[in-house]
Amino acid sequence: MNIVVLVKQVPDTSDPETEVIIDSTGRGIDESKLSFVINDADNYAVEEAVRLKEKHGGEITLVCLGRESANQVIRMALAKGADSAIRLDDEKFSYSDPITTAKILKTALDGLDYDLVLTGCMASDDGYTAIGVALAKMLGLPHAAMVKSVEVIGDNKMKIGRELEGGLMEMNEVDMPCLLTIQTGINEPRYASFKGIREASRKEIKVMDLAATGLSEEEVGEAGSKAVMAQYSVPEVGELAEILEGDASETSAKLAEILKEKGLV
Amino acid sequence: MHDIFVLAEHRQGELREVTLEMMTLAGQLAEQSGGKVTAVLLGSGVDEFAQKCAQYADRVLYVDDPIFENFNAMAYVPALAQLIEEQKPHLVLIAHTTQGVDVAPALAVELDAPFTTEIIEMSLEGEKPAATRQYYGGKINGRIEFKDSDVYLVTVREAAVPAGEATKSGEVQKVENPLKGEAGGRRFLEYVEAAVGEVDITQSEKLVSVGRGIKEEKNVPLMEELAKVLGADLSGSRAAVDAGWLPTDRQVGISGKTVKPKLYLAVGISGAFQHVTGIKGADVVVAINKDPNAPIFQYADYGIVDDLFKVVPALTEKLKEVK
Repeated sequence: MNIVVLVKQVPDTSDPETEVIIDSTGRGIDESKLSFVINDADNYAVEEAVRLKEKHGGEITLVCLGRESANQVIRMALAKGADSAIRLDDEKFSYSDPITTAKILKTALDGLDYDLVLTGCMASDDGYTAIGVALAKMLGLPHAAMVKSVEVIGDNKMKIGRELEGGLMEMNEVDMPCLLTIQTGINEPRYASFKGIREASRKEIKVMDLAATGLSEEEVGEAGSKAVMAQYSVPEVGELAEILEGDASETSAKLAEILKEKGLV
Repeated sequence: MHDIFVLAEHRQGELREVTLEMMTLAGQLAEQSGGKVTAVLLGSGVDEFAQKCAQYADRVLYVDDPIFENFNAMAYVPALAQLIEEQKPHLVLIAHTTQGVDVAPALAVELDAPFTTEIIEMSLEGEKPAATRQYYGGKINGRIEFKDSDVYLVTVREAAVPAGEATKSGEVQKVENPLKGEAGGRRFLEYVEAAVGEVDITQSEKLVSVGRGIKEEKNVPLMEELAKVLGADLSGSRAAVDAGWLPTDRQVGISGKTVKPKLYLAVGISGAFQHVTGIKGADVVVAINKDPNAPIFQYADYGIVDDLFKVVPALTEKLKEVK
């Protein structure tokens, strides 16, 4: 079973204490103090692919739209068990909307032979939750989004569970080849082994620029997009909590008193 | 005429609240643009939902067919595409839910329409919509500019607009199922309810809830101690559950549980939209977080901006004293 996994490198802003600062262009963020990681949901997609490969054989190809620095994320996924990678990289791809991004990613899949395409259900930076399902439509594949359980049943069929609101699972049968967007928590992603990391350094990362995609300048980036993010702003702050002042012993004493007064202790 | 389509969402015999919210938003947009609101309902024997939608819409397009008994994106996408191509609405609103994200991106590709997701604000003055959505987990906003088109498609965040009053009495039009044949390549099997563990946090009177800020599993006992002194149960954010620190049935938020405790004490939780939606029913919300800009402080009644590893042990001791 050959699997394609779409992965993305994102700034790590998940920590509640990490501040995101808008840069001088108003359309980007100040990256100088941020570290970069694999998108959380994509990490689970890679793990699911490796587990399916271990069980059913086949090869895993990674497809990533990103700068050279994204090689770090690609190498780590190669070290965990993916076999090869394609990185789409061209300045002209900047400011693509999700549909255009899917169109660019599609060019990397067009020459590949696959039974399954996996990707994270959402990217933690832009949060669009759209690229996988849009790509499935472009490839003419059946799809399912927010998948939290995957099982191969018989020839060319999968039984999958979509995680709905409130934790309800919606079980579906999907014909292969298909595309699934993977929800976090579906598995426990492994760490790469030293042997895997050594081997990964010898695996191929093919790079595709705009010319290699066969798309024109007008079809990608801002020019090729119909719903572009034009301007970032700092969200308006709603009414804030009453902030208790002082050091930890003072604030905790104040809070203990408040809770006692309210009959909550 | 500027028709605005709203996709009605239903599951397990219930019309979902978000549908009323979207019809309210569509009503506001229709006032700006001089258009009409059309609810689109795909279902099987759900006449009562059609009647309910009619109270918020100028018209309800109702496709009554057994294929729509349970949701299936592979049936929804071609059916909606055909209805939209025939009826030519100017704007289509779909909820940014687990149904919406399964349908809308594929529909946008099929229609070749300008498309964005999870908008929190929208206006429709003149021909073109303008929208705002959030980036980086709600830490910043972004304004979306659309290119000219006959039809625009967006998904709308749940609770972006509160559901308004039922003021309309639209006409319910039953339309023939535009879908010929089966849903391509996907079949609904069944729903499986989430398992209920030893503690049902939806019934808890007090909750100490932990997030990514507690850093490691080995810090869970420290939080348990605080919970014990308060007589609270322990719950957590999606991050805490995905990391394996807490079992799935302790997750608070859209994909977890909606809770309504008298006290909700959020420790090291940033307050992403997906989380705070689950705590709207809490009486008193207290947040402990190092980042003064964390969105959780907008939802809390009381806040402590400090290192939680200093505050939690101190608070546990103080609570023992005042008890």
